[in-house]
Amino acid sequence: MAYSNKVIDHYENPRNVGTLDKDDPNVGTGLVGAPACGDVMRLQIRVSDEGVIEDAKFKTFGCGSAIASSSLATEWLKGKTVEEANTIRNTMIVQELNLPPVKVHCSVLAEDAIKSAIEDFKRKRSARHTLETAAPAMEIVVPAK
Amino acid sequence: MAIQLPIYMDNHATTPVDPRVIEAMLPYFNQKFGNAASRSHVFGWTAEESVSYAREQIAKLIGAESEKEIVFTSGATESDNVALKGIAEFYKDKGDHIITSVVEHKAILDSCKRLEKEGYRVTYLGVGKDGRVDPDDVKRAITDRTILVSIMLANNEVGTVNPIAEIGKITRERGVLFHSDAVQGVGKVPFDVQKMNVDLASVTAHKMYGPKGVGALYIRRSRPRVRLVAQMDGGGHERGVRSGTLNVPGIVGFGKAADLMLKEGPAENARILGQREHLRKRLTSSLEEVQLNGSLEHRLPGNLNLSFAFVEGEAMMMAIKDVAVSSGSACTSASLEPSYVLRAMGVGEELAHSSIRFGIGRFNTDEEIDYVADLVTASVRKLREMSPLYEMHKEGIDLKSIQWAAH
Repeated sequence: MAYSNKVIDHYENPRNVGTLDKDDPNVGTGLVGAPACGDVMRLQIRVSDEGVIEDAKFKTFGCGSAIASSSLATEWLKGKTVEEANTIRNTMIVQELNLPPVKVHCSVLAEDAIKSAIEDFKRKRSARHTLETAAPAMEIVVPAK
Repeated sequence: MAIQLPIYMDNHATTPVDPRVIEAMLPYFNQKFGNAASRSHVFGWTAEESVSYAREQIAKLIGAESEKEIVFTSGATESDNVALKGIAEFYKDKGDHIITSVVEHKAILDSCKRLEKEGYRVTYLGVGKDGRVDPDDVKRAITDRTILVSIMLANNEVGTVNPIAEIGKITRERGVLFHSDAVQGVGKVPFDVQKMNVDLASVTAHKMYGPKGVGALYIRRSRPRVRLVAQMDGGGHERGVRSGTLNVPGIVGFGKAADLMLKEGPAENARILGQREHLRKRLTSSLEEVQLNGSLEHRLPGNLNLSFAFVEGEAMMMAIKDVAVSSGSACTSASLEPSYVLRAMGVGEELAHSSIRFGIGRFNTDEEIDYVADLVTASVRKLREMSPLYEMHKEGIDLKSIQWAAH
């Protein structure tokens, strides 16, 4: 099967490979897929207090299309608000990368990774919020920004 | 010597035609182009003589008693189909049970499935971790209703060589016919239908530097005389076993390829084995977490099947795109299932997805082996840096302890 030029470009020059501190309260981590299925994506976002995604990183175990899908996703995420990021759909990735039908699942996984990272971030934020509002007398240690 | 890209290292899929084979074939396209079945003129006689000579060359390579035991086909898939279906049909009054293994080529497995639909019973023997069939399993599986045992000589994915002589001894004692899909192993590992008591064997030209589209089925003619029902009806060519005008240029090329294999095989195999071991040692010493799939001892000289943990096979192939290899990864197959051969050997699915098959052949140079070793090492390192699984492994996380969501 021949790959599209965009897949090859992302595969050969992957954007934003790396790791963010998963314990950072502003970082959301999504880990989706399974080794037995041949695809695992880890996508991370760091969100500013204004709700803008400042940074995005990924690491992917998977075929070239899976790597390209996650690389593209990080590129798209940067600079978007969390709400905007939530509107990214796998079909947009399919279109941008010209993925053939057999590789559509790679784009689905990338969308899942985005959603999962956002959920993780929101969970962390609401946990912090709950702590702050439910126990105002307690001294809350908020990590330095 | 400068490296020429791309490098072909997928010699289990097919092999390039040896220039000496091409040379032997050329006159048969437009000078000696006769139909081997034409009995009334010199064009036909020349073609028939050449076909007969090729039959002898192939018979010699596999140790057949007579060249009359060689039937030409369109390839090994046809040979496998005729062997299984033809035997099943002919001996149906004697029995309805066939024994084969789970790691056979699809031509065998799918023929067996077809036969099951027609009411035959098939026992699919498992293999050990080394990918080999245990002769004792064959012995135990044979019943009074067994008519045929079909076990491959060497596996196309992991290169594992089966104990054909031991299985042949058992089938001969029990009076059961024995077929072997010998496609990958002929000329590369010892194979002799007489010494090993093989009654039918499938072979093909394009895995031994001959042309595509021509194969043969060895059918024993004495002790025992094997009979089968033709699966192709027509002019009654090939002693009625396989109708259809003979592919004379292809057959001449097949004969020449077999002759070269007979004469040069031993030296060539020793050289290829040396190259294979060099590649294996370089990769396993420079990279951690590399697993050899299949037996090291009982293995085709040119086969190296390795799993590079935490790296997906198709991504690997993309990284080494100037080197033609293959992978057991699901991503390379239409079925989206990883290799059934690796899974049958107990290789975990994640490692099956990470497998790469190197197939070294006649025309690979030492320089190419070193180039591939360097490239693969660098690519695995690069992909591992991108792999979340490798990072987790490095952090000491047991990947099996994680609840992965299957998708």
